Amino acid sequence: MKFPYSEKVLEHFRNPHNVGKIENPDGKGLEGSPACGDMVAVYIKVNPETKVIEDIKFESYGCASNIATASVITDLALGKTLDEGKKITWKQASEELGGLPPIKAHCSVLAVEGLRSAIRDYEEKHGLVTEKEPTTEEVVRNRLKHVMNPLTGLDIIRTNLILKTTVEDGVVRVVVDLPADHQFASAIKEDVTEKLGALWDVKRVDVVFTA
Amino acid sequence: MIYLDNAACTRLDERVLEAMKPYFFDTYAVATSEFGYSMGIESKEGLERAREGIISKLEAGSGEVIFTSGDTESSNTALKGVAWALKEKKGKHIIVSKIEDFSVLNTAKALQKQGFDVTFLDVDAEGFADLEGLRKAITKETVLVSIQHGNQEIGTVQDLKAISEICEEKDVLLHTDATHSFTRLPLSVKELPIDLITMSAHTIHGPRGIGALYIRKDTPINKFMDGGFQEFNLRAGVENIPGAVGFEKAVELVTEEETRQLKAMRDRVIEKSLSEISDVTLNGSREKRLPQNANLTFHYVEGESVTLHMDMRGFAVSTGSACFSRSLEASHVIRGIGGEHERAHGSVRFTFGRYNRMEDADAAIAAMSDIVARLREISPLSRK
Repeated sequence: MKFPYSEKVLEHFRNPHNVGKIENPDGKGLEGSPACGDMVAVYIKVNPETKVIEDIKFESYGCASNIATASVITDLALGKTLDEGKKITWKQASEELGGLPPIKAHCSVLAVEGLRSAIRDYEEKHGLVTEKEPTTEEVVRNRLKHVMNPLTGLDIIRTNLILKTTVEDGVVRVVVDLPADHQFASAIKEDVTEKLGALWDVKRVDVVFTA
Repeated sequence: MIYLDNAACTRLDERVLEAMKPYFFDTYAVATSEFGYSMGIESKEGLERAREGIISKLEAGSGEVIFTSGDTESSNTALKGVAWALKEKKGKHIIVSKIEDFSVLNTAKALQKQGFDVTFLDVDAEGFADLEGLRKAITKETVLVSIQHGNQEIGTVQDLKAISEICEEKDVLLHTDATHSFTRLPLSVKELPIDLITMSAHTIHGPRGIGALYIRKDTPINKFMDGGFQEFNLRAGVENIPGAVGFEKAVELVTEEETRQLKAMRDRVIEKSLSEISDVTLNGSREKRLPQNANLTFHYVEGESVTLHMDMRGFAVSTGSACFSRSLEASHVIRGIGGEHERAHGSVRFTFGRYNRMEDADAAIAAMSDIVARLREISPLSRK
């Protein structure tokens, strides 16, 4: 039998680690991609003294790579401090899994975001976050690094898909170097809108295509 | 492997291969050499016998069917051919339903880029074309209406009688894509005033790479590909005679009894899914659906995960989930029937064919029941 995934991905997909829900978690992150429809929830228990992640669980409403990435990323985060946990990247997870098909980066990056948002949730609840940062072009570009270019599996900033970004009176304008009828145009638009629309001071997101 | 993706492609029937063989090894001349040597005459006869078989199935007239490379080419020929033939004489408006297969949908979009005005006709929650909307959408400029017979994903069978009557009354040409219904459902051009019909062999255990287009006599149509004068000067290129012969054989081998068996398997999957698994929705119509198609949404789980788990257990099925598609877009058919993204996300299509048995349907549902339960265990959405 031949499968489109590595043996490691299949193993984590068949028997995912750290599955489930933690009742009264110290931190919880729920990330969903309206573009592909996948969703992932990450729950953490944190030692208040050492800030070490002592328990971690996830739930997934997603495809094989989403489930496998969540499984491996929760393995990687268990026993790490919050600061170490924050630094775990999609690339690490992907390497751990023996590689993922580029088109699937989209669905699997959600698991990483789920972990980060669970950590952020903990930090916010425990007063570890300093004041809200206003949205600047730099913030926008950093956020867009979490939107995948399905053509390559790398993010849309790194692959130079974003020609221009502007922020004015709470309106973010993003110019994407693709024709509007490109097969991935609507998926990228939805993803970009979702990522930027969630920023506290953003009122509207305009995604513009080049043709 | 229990193959339940017969809408995508079917296993070739050995009897089809046997019928084709002489045209590969013995009678391999091109049909157009009939004035040159005797083998060409025999080739031509083989091709024309195959054509007669398709013609009689449709109750069409002689010379009203051309062979193509498949349903994609047939639909391209129908839409572009008629649009180009009539754009100066009549107008630049065409109407297609929202849930057409890509061969029609993307051809319509290509025509849009060439300056045609395209109406994408709405369908209701079960996938039936809005007939009142169709009536209203037709204008003096409308050159073609294209509404499929049976839907490729959710199996909904359109009321072609009503649709063809509206088109006849409004004096507009009608094309229908019958890729998934041809031979499985009755379709006669003597009974219904349909002008163009797309057909393909790959869905009925014939070879892939061969299809046909019915073109009613005197239908204005331009040639779509330039080249030689084959197929009544409507389809250039060396005729695929083994393919045509195989197609005709495949048509001949479909029986009503077999179609009844497929329908029984379809019904078993639908009924068992709805009764044995919780939170399941049928996509498409319960009554007016293709005999070989079952499509259900298993809520709170994702389709690509389901198909991979099914694959690991030896079943081939398909899903409308975005994660399964090359474009990362959820099924346009399920969105077309007003389904939420979530409904496409968990949709699974089972399509039956000649080599399936009732045990396959039972085994598939037993596997589904277990897989869905496991995936719901880890889903943040399900009520546990």
